[in-house]
Amino acid sequence: MAILFEYFFNGAVLGIMYALVAVGFTLFFGVLDVIKFSHGDVLTLGAFSGLVAFLALQLTGLDLPVIGLVIVLVAACIVTGLVGAAIGQFFVIPMRNSSAFNILLMTLMIGTAIREAIRLFYPTGANPKAFPALLPNSPVEIGGVFLRLDSLILLALGFAIVFLTHWLIRHTKLGLAIRAVAQDGDTAQVMGIPFKQTVLATFALGSMLAGIAGVMHGIYYSEINFGVGLLLGIIGFSAAVLGGLGSIWGAIIGGFAFAALQTIWVVLFPDASGYRDVFAFAAIIVAMTIFPTGIIAERYSERV
Amino acid sequence: MSLLRVGSSVAIIALAVIWTVIVLAAESQWQVLAALVVAAVAIFAFSRMRAGRDLAFTLNDSGPSIIAIIPLAVLVVAFAIHQDHFQLMMLASVLIYGIACVGLTVQFGYAGVINFAGAAFFGIGGYTAAVLGSTGVPSLLTLLAGGLTAAMIGCIIILPVLRTKGHYAALITIAFGLLFRSFLEVNHTLGGPQGLKVEGASIAGRSLLNGIQLGTLEPSFYFNYVLLALAAFTLFFLLARNLEKSWIGLNLDAVREDTIGASVFGINVAAWRIFAFVAGNFLIGVAGALFAMMQNFIAPSNFTFSDSLLMLSIIVLGGIGNLWAVLPAAILVVVLPEKLQGIGEYRIFVFAILVVLVLRFRPAGLFPRSMRQFRREVGQ
Repeated sequence: MAILFEYFFNGAVLGIMYALVAVGFTLFFGVLDVIKFSHGDVLTLGAFSGLVAFLALQLTGLDLPVIGLVIVLVAACIVTGLVGAAIGQFFVIPMRNSSAFNILLMTLMIGTAIREAIRLFYPTGANPKAFPALLPNSPVEIGGVFLRLDSLILLALGFAIVFLTHWLIRHTKLGLAIRAVAQDGDTAQVMGIPFKQTVLATFALGSMLAGIAGVMHGIYYSEINFGVGLLLGIIGFSAAVLGGLGSIWGAIIGGFAFAALQTIWVVLFPDASGYRDVFAFAAIIVAMTIFPTGIIAERYSERV
Repeated sequence: MSLLRVGSSVAIIALAVIWTVIVLAAESQWQVLAALVVAAVAIFAFSRMRAGRDLAFTLNDSGPSIIAIIPLAVLVVAFAIHQDHFQLMMLASVLIYGIACVGLTVQFGYAGVINFAGAAFFGIGGYTAAVLGSTGVPSLLTLLAGGLTAAMIGCIIILPVLRTKGHYAALITIAFGLLFRSFLEVNHTLGGPQGLKVEGASIAGRSLLNGIQLGTLEPSFYFNYVLLALAAFTLFFLLARNLEKSWIGLNLDAVREDTIGASVFGINVAAWRIFAFVAGNFLIGVAGALFAMMQNFIAPSNFTFSDSLLMLSIIVLGGIGNLWAVLPAAILVVVLPEKLQGIGEYRIFVFAILVVLVLRFRPAGLFPRSMRQFRREVGQ
């Protein structure tokens, strides 16, 4: 029983990371109807800029635990936000009227360029890098189950970010603008909403979520690798699509569903845990057959 | 007038052949870079000049015999480099990737069915060849079996693709590609991450590993693989081109451009999508089997998501739906990274940026597909 709870808990930490990535995909799709596939590599970039910020902090001798985490997160958010907005400004917005496939392929290639740039230009970037333990990782006992304290904090942090994002979308002026542009870009413009700024802000916001997810990933596994972005990006995309593109709650459900699939497989067949991803992706394909537009269906899925 | 038109077309193709030989045989980075600049200028110039339009017209509107140009041009290149193993292997790889991209063109260029799992179907063909190789099945049958296995697995994957649209359909093929790769990594019967050894091809009892003697020439054994790949490429190219020109191609165009409109006119959209996807996967599977035989060895790392992207880059760079663009684009995508080894580490980075720039500033590809001409079909 205790071991089951541990599996459940680790699955939940994975789920919240996937959900953060998926929310980014859903935001981009909401405002521009595009899939920005460089998202996963923006995540890696966030993790690496967090790492650089930590190393810089160490050099100056300011090694305080809580402030360290905050500064790492802020650094990751600034870099990913800027890069996300730049990709939107120079590549996605000018291309928004071309075919979905062209944008998909182009952003995949931008992601490849970012990934390769990290590998080539970060000192010995091809090797996995140790990520600093920014949170206390002493075990905590809850009802006979030992959990890592840092994972607990990560889970809470992830939920806080998700609720903050939801609040931002629902209850601020920027959120109102984002929702208006998502519903109908042209009408929103007629109503005096600055289209371009709103889209860029959305791109920055979504990319910041990826940056945070990247730092969380680094802390959780205590290492970071230039290649993690590709798989995490595709998992996040699967989660967003599974939940139904354009819906924030759908993305969160999708993220947890994907983590649940992986965890269930490992619990059921601990000997064949290597097949975890095979099972998860096969289940995604079956789920898409049953729910062709995701679990929470797109509101305007049929545009005839 | 017509003679002039054909003359300028032949001249352009001759220049392209010479260019290919120079690039394949180039020794230094600067030669390759210079050739690249020349090609960029030439493509830009010809696409604006009359000669370029004439070439497109000659290639698209002549009868099936025009296809003889392909074996002719490739043979000239192959003879020019007949002694060098590595250069011939690259030429054969270009042709093999060309076959796979003809398959992708049928799927995406004609019917509009997107396939992000090209490398997976390529791998299915390759692993079929590896498994059958030790059983003594004739090589040509193995090629066929590789294609059929890929087509059969495609039959299963097309079902969820048919039920979904756009990004959702893209996800299914992406998921399948990743699933296939991680399956190979952990499956020990198929060699796991170390991969499998593959028997080389042999035709009529003669192993292709023994070089053939052509008069006084003694070409490398890769020359045989160039010939085999060339034969397969020419055959499939001819079939695909005839398909495009026939009523089937017309139906596929209708399905791609306007699904609802096509179904209103009584075209069975689902049936044509299945047809295009399965036929395309057959070609990709054959190409994969041929590739495995030539390499003598396959591993999961040959069939990653990036390789699927590489294949799609070929058809996008060339111009989606334009069969004639497949070979030139395959040369760019397959040969240049190998030739730019000196840039070494940086070549994937450079290549990714190149594709991004082409998509950003020339989204229809280097050689856009020309419009279907109805004049002859209607009858003058």
